[in-house]
Amino acid sequence: MDISSDTIRDMAQLARLRVDDSELPDITHRFGAILDMFEDLSAVDVSGVEPLTNPLDATQPLRVDEVTETNQRETLQSSAPLVEDGLYLVPRVVE
Amino acid sequence: MAEQKDPSAPVGPGSSLRGLRELLERGETTSEALTQECLDRIEELDPRLNSFISVDRDGALAQARAADERRAQGKAGPLTGVPIAHKDIFCTRGLRTTCASRMLDSFVPPYDATVVERLAAAGVVVLGKTNMDEFAMGSSNENSFFGACRNPWDRSRVPGGSSGGSAAAVAAGLVPAATGTDTGGSIRQPASLCGITGLKPTYGRVSRLGMIAFASSLDQGGPMARSAEDCALLLSAMAGHDPRDSTSSDVAVPDYASELSRPLAGLRIGLPMEYFGEDLDVDVANLVCTALAEYEALGAELVEVSLPRTELAIPAYYVIAPAEASTNLSRFDGVRYGHRCDNPVDLEDLYTRSREEGFGAEVQRRILVGTYTLSSGYYDAYYKRAQQVRRLIADDFASAFKEVDLIAGPTSPGVAFSLGAKTADPTAMYLEDVYTLSANLAGLPAMSHPAGFLRGLPVGLQLIGQAFEESRLLSAAHQFQQRTDWHRRAPTLDQGSAAP
Repeated sequence: MDISSDTIRDMAQLARLRVDDSELPDITHRFGAILDMFEDLSAVDVSGVEPLTNPLDATQPLRVDEVTETNQRETLQSSAPLVEDGLYLVPRVVE
Repeated sequence: MAEQKDPSAPVGPGSSLRGLRELLERGETTSEALTQECLDRIEELDPRLNSFISVDRDGALAQARAADERRAQGKAGPLTGVPIAHKDIFCTRGLRTTCASRMLDSFVPPYDATVVERLAAAGVVVLGKTNMDEFAMGSSNENSFFGACRNPWDRSRVPGGSSGGSAAAVAAGLVPAATGTDTGGSIRQPASLCGITGLKPTYGRVSRLGMIAFASSLDQGGPMARSAEDCALLLSAMAGHDPRDSTSSDVAVPDYASELSRPLAGLRIGLPMEYFGEDLDVDVANLVCTALAEYEALGAELVEVSLPRTELAIPAYYVIAPAEASTNLSRFDGVRYGHRCDNPVDLEDLYTRSREEGFGAEVQRRILVGTYTLSSGYYDAYYKRAQQVRRLIADDFASAFKEVDLIAGPTSPGVAFSLGAKTADPTAMYLEDVYTLSANLAGLPAMSHPAGFLRGLPVGLQLIGQAFEESRLLSAAHQFQQRTDWHRRAPTLDQGSAAP
């Protein structure tokens, strides 16, 4: 299946990735090969078949709504690249 | 070529978890001595394999001394003082956890994965973290930021993936056992290609908390060791309900080791005709059939069955797994943890450049594919349809299991391939998983054990069971291993060049 370079660029934008123009032909080709492989799925009769989201058809258990975690801000932020006064730093968003 | 077991060396290719445990129980060695021997072997031999990303020498020795102290106080657990390694996908508190990605090159987790916690409670000593495909995406261990791992049987070949480092380290006797994870075959295929035993449990059997997520509805952690018996010892420690993983099952965990001698007489083993088709190397097929004859000799009955949607597992899996991966990997934003680019000009640039620099090519490719199949207008055609086909695949297993107790066949269509042989064509690489993907899609337990050798390279046999029937798989494999010695063969590390 053919897929356009624009579609690849759109997907990269959505996924916050960047594809160099020099890589586009290769990625477009590989992407097409993967989508070709998916074509086999469209030939299957799936009418009335419920999608299987959990392999054991398990449903999400609920627990009592109470506090179970303690505040571990410092521990959790110890692996952050840039923190100041307990806040994550990012480039200025609002001038 | 095969190195014989040296009874004077407790650590090495001939060692088993059970054997080491007995030596420790009898006071014939200490955990510190075993750990030191493993560390020495890793230092001497791993430069030829690259099976470890991090070795925690000081931490391991400290844990070993603490284990010896606990034993002296009469407080030994089932695995106290036995050294193992963790796949570098399991978070280890205070010990770098990379997932073989530049994105997590310097990530030191603030907590332990439940698997790590449980094995620590059983007493193990952690030697270090093993190599893998980046974010577990691959079947050859070539997609690692830290370089490819090599197959100890022939170092010009791949060990399989994604748990390639764990498989190579166990096969080479650097460590008696290791953890792995399996999303589409990532425990079983490397176990097959390196000649060891590996088990992917039922979905939900082993907690996923702290196991860095690839595809959440498919991922499952499990044991990798020389024998089924050692896998049973590890699984008993790893498995069980975890309230912090909402997909974790609360089905009771049996003592797998005590059920290993369940008789095989009358057991019905189904052979799916689709697993013996044209994708399969003829010589591999012959070896697998010879191994199956051993099961017959043990009293099992071989029955032909059909899993008609086997081929559809590949497209279904390669829609579902990248879709879930694209969602899971969106958490890497350069802000809270992981790689952050230098001098971002704005927030968009921070996100985009951090991710572009942090993720390798295959990971980016799968994120793009997943983003596409989940995007507006394509969701029904791809993701929903793949989940419908997934149910049909699970239904095929349910029908087969009305006739048989276990399903058996090859783990992989061929033996270990050469480094670089399949990197140019990702869809050829995806075919590696044709026999393993279905068990993940259906959530069933499956294992691979050594079944013979082809031109000096190991061949694995796969067993698939019904949900929560790990005990059946382990006892079948254990009894096979009482009659055969394929799982005791060990490589000399002389085969194959050091350079690709």
